[in-house]
Amino acid sequence: MKSLLSLTAIAVALAAGSAQAQQLSVKIGVMSDMSSLYADIGGPGSVAAAKLAVADFAKSNPNVKVELVSGDHQNKPDVGSQLANQWFDVDKVDMIIDIPNSGVALAVSQVAANKNKLFIVSGAAASDLTGPKCNANTIHWSYDTWMLANGTGKAMVKTGGDTWFFLTADYAFGHALERDTGEVVEKNGGKILGKVRHPLNTSDFSSFLLQAQSSKAKVVGLANAGGDTINSIKQAAEFGIVKGGQKMAGLLVFASDVNALGLQTAQGLSLTESWYWDLNDANREWTKRWQTERNAAGKFPTMIHAGVYSGITHYLKARVALGGSPEGKDVTAKMKATPTDDVLFGKGVIDEAGRKRHDAYLFEVKKPSESKHPGDFYHLRATIPAAEAFRQAKDSGCSLVKG
Amino acid sequence: MFEIFGIPSTALFGQLLIGLINGSFYALLSLGLAVIFGMLNVINFAHCAQYMMGAFAAFLLLNLTGLGYWGALIVAPILVGIFGIIVERCLLQWLYKLDHLYGLLLTFGLVLIIEGVARNFYGSAGLPYTMPESLQGGQNLGFMFLPNYRAWVIVASLTVCLATWFVIERTRLGAYLRAATENPTLVRAFGINVPLMITLTYGFGVALAAFAGVMAAPIYNVSPQMGSSLIIVVFAVVVIGGMGSIMGAIVTGFGLGIVEGLTKVFFPEASNTVIFVIMAIVLLVRPAGLFGRRA
Repeated sequence: MKSLLSLTAIAVALAAGSAQAQQLSVKIGVMSDMSSLYADIGGPGSVAAAKLAVADFAKSNPNVKVELVSGDHQNKPDVGSQLANQWFDVDKVDMIIDIPNSGVALAVSQVAANKNKLFIVSGAAASDLTGPKCNANTIHWSYDTWMLANGTGKAMVKTGGDTWFFLTADYAFGHALERDTGEVVEKNGGKILGKVRHPLNTSDFSSFLLQAQSSKAKVVGLANAGGDTINSIKQAAEFGIVKGGQKMAGLLVFASDVNALGLQTAQGLSLTESWYWDLNDANREWTKRWQTERNAAGKFPTMIHAGVYSGITHYLKARVALGGSPEGKDVTAKMKATPTDDVLFGKGVIDEAGRKRHDAYLFEVKKPSESKHPGDFYHLRATIPAAEAFRQAKDSGCSLVKG
Repeated sequence: MFEIFGIPSTALFGQLLIGLINGSFYALLSLGLAVIFGMLNVINFAHCAQYMMGAFAAFLLLNLTGLGYWGALIVAPILVGIFGIIVERCLLQWLYKLDHLYGLLLTFGLVLIIEGVARNFYGSAGLPYTMPESLQGGQNLGFMFLPNYRAWVIVASLTVCLATWFVIERTRLGAYLRAATENPTLVRAFGINVPLMITLTYGFGVALAAFAGVMAAPIYNVSPQMGSSLIIVVFAVVVIGGMGSIMGAIVTGFGLGIVEGLTKVFFPEASNTVIFVIMAIVLLVRPAGLFGRRA
């Protein structure tokens, strides 16, 4: 079942007579959840995004040979770090990207640091990756728990949702999201009335929802993701949580989750994302290409997929600038020193802690009647500028930040 | 209002009722497994995939033919049941003489194939399925808000469970079935078509899983992996109840639902594990399960 597919070898033939042009060869590993609850937010879609990034880069840099491999971490940190070790040691992979599971990402980040290679996190959320557990070989790309908390959490408190009850997935990611949101809520004058931690991949939330209901908190915060979030929202509607006057805050909701819920159930939900396929023409254009590459006409890419594309693009730029086969730390240093610029996230920077900074958006899910075409999910409610969207490096607790 | 172990009694009653509702799903699913194991001696690991197929069938019937929830409740189990019969005729029937392990491996392989196909076409995030309007809303019971749909789940599940138990334990058809399991050669000598009966039993067991799947569609996420997260618990229920015991499966299903519900109040982190702790204890004390007969 552990499919380790050697995917594409995009070898670009050198034009005759350009023998003196330096050939640069790079190997990138896309590690994701290929077959379980996070396979739609990352998974094969991340591989498709990686292929697009490599193809686009090859157009302007024909002398760079990029090879992609992909693998399944099965949401198990031990499987993930074993695969990372094998990729770095045996298969000579230079950089690993994606990993939509914070537990696995924290483990692989350690492996990358020990071997002085590179890890770009697009899938995982825990802000610890650029906080106390940061290292010089890891860059956190698309989003993190601090950004989600600061976006959705703050907006909810500001509109009167000042008492909270958390439903939290019982692992690294859920704890981080609950902690970061709790801090935002309390800082803005709100109060946490209670919380309950459920095992990952729970199908029935009625018992937890009943506890949330009897807590009388104004907001029920969902510090979980994927199937867990879908089940919580579906059943919250059934138990009349929203009708009873409580608000649901989906702290991490992806476009694919909204699709699975249906607008009928999801309408009115507030959420924060750093990328949305229907936001502008460049994104729509890229989405079409992604759908062709992914061979899935009715699916829509998530911010994780966009992050894989953007992360690989910036990484390859740094590799070309450095040339040869530099060590992981040197590449991250170069990536931090160079401003980022790509079609999906526009201009941005990577800060000292390894946090990629770009705008974040506060969305509200549309009513079924307002949705004009498939995938037309969100109203844009606010844009949070890059400077405020992510935690300041000096507050991160990361040892890389000086002063 | 009085308190029990620091929890208000009203909250506790609510949790007991919720446990009972979850227990209905366990009971429905473990019932099908128990019937199949009791009659065919096959450990049907594909049960979770067939449960998922039931929910998917409901989704497809709605989107392709416009058939709503109530129609799907009848049509989806029939369709999936027919699929089960084809599986039994083409694959399973060759394994009855072999060790249990072969049936388990075959059905496990089927799970991987069916889930893989579903994931390939529909992805892993899930499909939307709305609740029929007649079952929306709920009643305020004073100590909790009971959604109408959940009440319907208890009623439907209890009816189906008891009807199945009645047919197998109290009717002539059930008697034939039980006799055919004990001594197929002798029963055949009386002119009863044993292989046909076995095939239909498997079909029925599979249809039960699909029925549970349709029941789950409006409240649980309809995704390819929806069954695999349940199947291990359901197997534990069957083992605790005693492999092959129909009443055992029903009673244990409801009972463990309640135990799990209470765990979610006192120690939510352990709610996934508590059933296996009970299983370990039961297996130590009564290796044949609570209601099982010693071989």
